Amino acid sequence: MPGLLPCGPDAVLVEPADPAQLPGLTDALTSGRVDGVVEVVPAARTVLARFASPSALDAGRPALRQLLATVPAAIPAPDPSRVVEVAVSYDGPDLAEVGRLTGLGSAGVVAAHTATPWRVAFGGFAPGFAYLTGGDPRLRVPRRAEPRQAVPAGAVGLAGEFSGIYPRPSPGGWQLIGRTTAALWDAGRQPPALLAPGRWVRFVAVAG
Amino acid sequence: MTALEVLRPGPLALLQDAGRPGLAALGITASGAFDRAAFRAGAALLGNHPAGSDAAIEVTLGGLAVRAVGGPAQVALTGAPVPATVGGLAAPHGRAFALAEGDELSLGTPPRGVRSYLSVRGGLLAEPEFGSRSRDLLAHLGPPPLRAGDRLEIGPPPSWQPAADSVLPPDFPAVLDVLPGPRPDWLADPGALARGWEVSPQSNRVGVRLLGEPLRWAATRLGTELPSEPVVRGGIQVPPGGLPVLFGPDHPTTGGYPVVGVIADPDRLAQLRPGDQLTLRWA
Repeated sequence: MPGLLPCGPDAVLVEPADPAQLPGLTDALTSGRVDGVVEVVPAARTVLARFASPSALDAGRPALRQLLATVPAAIPAPDPSRVVEVAVSYDGPDLAEVGRLTGLGSAGVVAAHTATPWRVAFGGFAPGFAYLTGGDPRLRVPRRAEPRQAVPAGAVGLAGEFSGIYPRPSPGGWQLIGRTTAALWDAGRQPPALLAPGRWVRFVAVAG
Repeated sequence: MTALEVLRPGPLALLQDAGRPGLAALGITASGAFDRAAFRAGAALLGNHPAGSDAAIEVTLGGLAVRAVGGPAQVALTGAPVPATVGGLAAPHGRAFALAEGDELSLGTPPRGVRSYLSVRGGLLAEPEFGSRSRDLLAHLGPPPLRAGDRLEIGPPPSWQPAADSVLPPDFPAVLDVLPGPRPDWLADPGALARGWEVSPQSNRVGVRLLGEPLRWAATRLGTELPSEPVVRGGIQVPPGGLPVLFGPDHPTTGGYPVVGVIADPDRLAQLRPGDQLTLRWA
């Protein structure tokens, strides 16, 4: 069936024709709307549903088809109970360049980044990292031509349609506009990730 | 407190258990024992926790030597059969045996396969990370690779009795079945995957790389990018260069190159040695 791609004996890669269905599909799968799903992994244009076993996949396929056919294509509105505030010192090494690329200037970039909430779309590449989307479209900038060898933990960046926070030092090509000391991962917290899928982030400018 | 002291680790020795599944949405891959069947067999021989939470040593190409200190230990060797001696006498493969306090268990090199598992009744203790004692070589999570001088404490006796007296060594099949994956249409000829390949030395727990005639992408896909999507253990990823990577337990959680198929029995990947000839077959 279009939109349900095989991915081994116990998993299905769901690829809706309209990517705007992804948040609804991810929420539905995560809240147990399809029996037998033990893990849900969202990504940019797809979401993986892993089942408890091959037979659970067979049993769950009709419900999965039904979901794909009926989940509305709608970006969810921010849920106030799921907004986390992240304090940022906007002194990143690429802030001026982003100000130039966008035509907003440094102050304008800070204003745009903090004005509206960003949605946690999906994680990946490092524990605690999340791709944030849905922010001011004027902030879409390309990645740096040359990635940095070492981006510090807590660095706040922009790349394409996404914003993100590096949870640990790593190489990276995002445009760095600030830094935060927020604990992106706390093993004692539930869920351990601050930027868990389904949450929203409101950036707040603080003095460095 | 009874412990195993590592006298020499061999080429690579890692603590592994059932891994940390369920965290891929947070960027953490499942990891865990590469040959899960062999790891589970070791747990069954010793009456260890059936869910696989008792850690064992994943031994890569043999070479490990350990000594039981502070008391006796009940152990078992599974996975790739490897010459093993205790005090100069041959130790069995695939059945539990005892190490008396002070006994040294010494492994040679397996003639076939790659990974053997030294399991201990009660499991080996170390600080878990994200709920598992498995070493993830990609993300550097879990206890570091074993070194000479490491002391691994043995956990308390579990409440189960052994479920098996003996287990067979793993198969080393020359042909592996491939199940449908999400992106076979990215290849000009998906059928071309089903042929003979050679296992590359650039293979590890992240993935087994294959050498052979490169697989061409479909003309419409050349020069395009696939938005990063989740990938699974056993997934066969074909980068633009055309040489497949078969994902192991430490695979990245997402990838931007197409996964064209999925190995039906990914545990077999754990025993593929550089130079091995391997045929893939669409199931």
